[in-house]
Amino acid sequence: MTEQATTPTNLRAGRISTLSAAPWVIATLFLLAMPFIFQSNSAITIMNQMAITIIFALSYNMLLGQGGMLSFGHAVYMGVGGFFCVHIMNMVEDMSLPLPLPLLPIFGGLFGLGLATIVGSFSTRKAGTVFAMISLGVGELIAACSIIIVAFFGGEEGVSGDRTYGLPFFGVEFLQQIEVYYLIVFWLIVSALLMYLFSRTPVGRMANAVRDNPERAEFLGYSARWVRFYSFCASGFFAGIAGGLFAINYEILTEENLNLTQSGAILLITFLGGIGFFFGPIIGAIVFTLLQTVLSLQTELWQLYVGALFVATVMYFPGGLAGVLMMHVPAFRLGRAGHLVVPYIITLIPAIIGIFGLCALIEMIFHLRHAPLGESEMTLFWTTFDSHAVVPWLMALVITVVAFAIMRRNMPTLRAAWHRANSLEEESA
Amino acid sequence: MDLILVNLIDGLVTGLLLFMLSAGLTLIFSMMGVLNFAHASFYMLGAYFAFQISLFFGFWMGLLIAPLIVGVLGAGVERYGLRRVHQYGHVPELIFTFGLALLIEELVQFLWGKNQMPYDIPEVLQFTAFAIAGNSIPAYKIFMIFVSVGIFIALLYILTRTRVGMIIQAALSYPRTVEALGHNVPLVFMGVFGVGTALAGVAGVIAGPVLGTFPGMAFLLGSIVFVTIVIGGLGSLWGALVASLLIGWITTFAAAYNIAFADILMAIGFTMPEDLDDSALRDLWTLTLPQIGPILPYLLMVLILVLRPQGLFGKRDA
Repeated sequence: MTEQATTPTNLRAGRISTLSAAPWVIATLFLLAMPFIFQSNSAITIMNQMAITIIFALSYNMLLGQGGMLSFGHAVYMGVGGFFCVHIMNMVEDMSLPLPLPLLPIFGGLFGLGLATIVGSFSTRKAGTVFAMISLGVGELIAACSIIIVAFFGGEEGVSGDRTYGLPFFGVEFLQQIEVYYLIVFWLIVSALLMYLFSRTPVGRMANAVRDNPERAEFLGYSARWVRFYSFCASGFFAGIAGGLFAINYEILTEENLNLTQSGAILLITFLGGIGFFFGPIIGAIVFTLLQTVLSLQTELWQLYVGALFVATVMYFPGGLAGVLMMHVPAFRLGRAGHLVVPYIITLIPAIIGIFGLCALIEMIFHLRHAPLGESEMTLFWTTFDSHAVVPWLMALVITVVAFAIMRRNMPTLRAAWHRANSLEEESA
Repeated sequence: MDLILVNLIDGLVTGLLLFMLSAGLTLIFSMMGVLNFAHASFYMLGAYFAFQISLFFGFWMGLLIAPLIVGVLGAGVERYGLRRVHQYGHVPELIFTFGLALLIEELVQFLWGKNQMPYDIPEVLQFTAFAIAGNSIPAYKIFMIFVSVGIFIALLYILTRTRVGMIIQAALSYPRTVEALGHNVPLVFMGVFGVGTALAGVAGVIAGPVLGTFPGMAFLLGSIVFVTIVIGGLGSLWGALVASLLIGWITTFAAAYNIAFADILMAIGFTMPEDLDDSALRDLWTLTLPQIGPILPYLLMVLILVLRPQGLFGKRDA
């Protein structure tokens, strides 16, 4: 029984079959085709940001998801890599060195790796709380230094460069966003593939073992500290690559790129996406960037919603979005996913309506408290109304309460359907 | 000499304020093994609640009621949030408190806006207590010192001399045995969490008028409080006290003495480069002590964690 259960996973871990290559090929084709689907400049800007965030989040998950190390200062490695890249950009321009732009992220990665080697030499001795605290301390230290050491970090206005320096690379000058997009996509695919392959190497596998039971890993003859150190260095390298791409895309780096807020954001993104699966941070980065760009245009309170979403994820879905998706795999395997469709519709639609009602209430409270005096008109969900009148409040309240009540009433149906879809016994009905 | 005395008093005020936060945090850590990232957020809530109450009932009612509300909120967070996340392990717990800190900051901005609140020192305490060579010491600072020292003595008395304190101490080391003896350990945990956050609330109430009541106040103090309990040794109350005072004095003295690094470098025997702008080390020459003051605690923490991971007074390796 146990043998039967372990053989397929061994096979999957050992070789790279055509089946395991399929997602990569599809993702590559998809990324190459994206600019033809979304042609506007703003869409490409968003996609650039998304791709950089994906690399950064994946590198963060090497620590948190695969190595069990919670870092509160990961933005430092991306930031320092980025700062070095901007300086290299300026240096190449001044001395006209023959360094093509597409190779620049490697240098960012190497500087990220260098810093990670120094910090990792003392921070990876322990995982858990000590590691988290050292990462916080080092992060705050470097973020504070960035304001003091003006020569390197450029003080409060940061340092800026020009990506169109030097010779064109095979005729491409990187003047346009679209050219930068393909450069970033190239690095995204390369680094995502490398990170995936790293998780398949013996060191990557041992990182999982050390995360789950460091004592046992030590008894097997592995040094938990060295395994953590290797993961940490590799993670710093890929964070540095993300930093280099950031430098190329935005051509400016400031203190904001390496402070605690940025480190917290990447923790949020990674956890939201799900730390248990390799593709989790990718989902997290995509969803978060969309929320950030789309939601922030709609409402001032987007950070409140994202914060609430994050806390709810930690409390109820510790596997994140990827965990929720993968929960449905057994039902599909059993061929019973169809049972879930109707219960999902009757629970989720009231839930979504209820959440919108709640958001409407929150927005109205916010408007009531913070709108300039005398202004009582507000627009919400394409309708304009008077926020001081009773009717909209009553409507929002009734919609919220009724929708959540329907959701609660239908919850047992969903639970029963879930149970039926996932149990092995034959259906009795 | 007089300036040193003034700075000693200022540092003492800062240190004792830090101690009120770190005492609760370190107690919570030694009970549940979780560092409460949202601890400073409860400090901020204390200040905001007290401000709101002081609008209607005056400062003293705020001092009395706001910590109670904060304590109840804290106990609620433990009961309905942390206890639920506890089953997933320590790292998700830490992430949960981190998310909570973000959420509380957003909620405070939602309710009170981004500007600083006009939360002021009560009029009874708006006078100069005494003066040292022309430097006047406001009475409010003396009041802050008395409140914090009083709380420390009360805490020490409860923990070491009363039955409740005995149970708490026993539950720290052997939770299962204490549970087997018939005590409700989860309730003890909830109580400690509530009291710890209420202490943070008190700190917020009395610090709000001096340091300013604004949404960034939790963020500003939060990481320093962590640094404090790590330096003092996680779980050690005395360590928290010593480290708080140490950090209070270090930051105060660093801010007060304008020592330029150029003077030190020249005293050692280096010569100042002619053209500063060309030198790669120009920042080293223009650096002053007040500039690097804010990063000294972090430097100290990293050093402590590297050289003595259990902290100054900690018994266990964290």
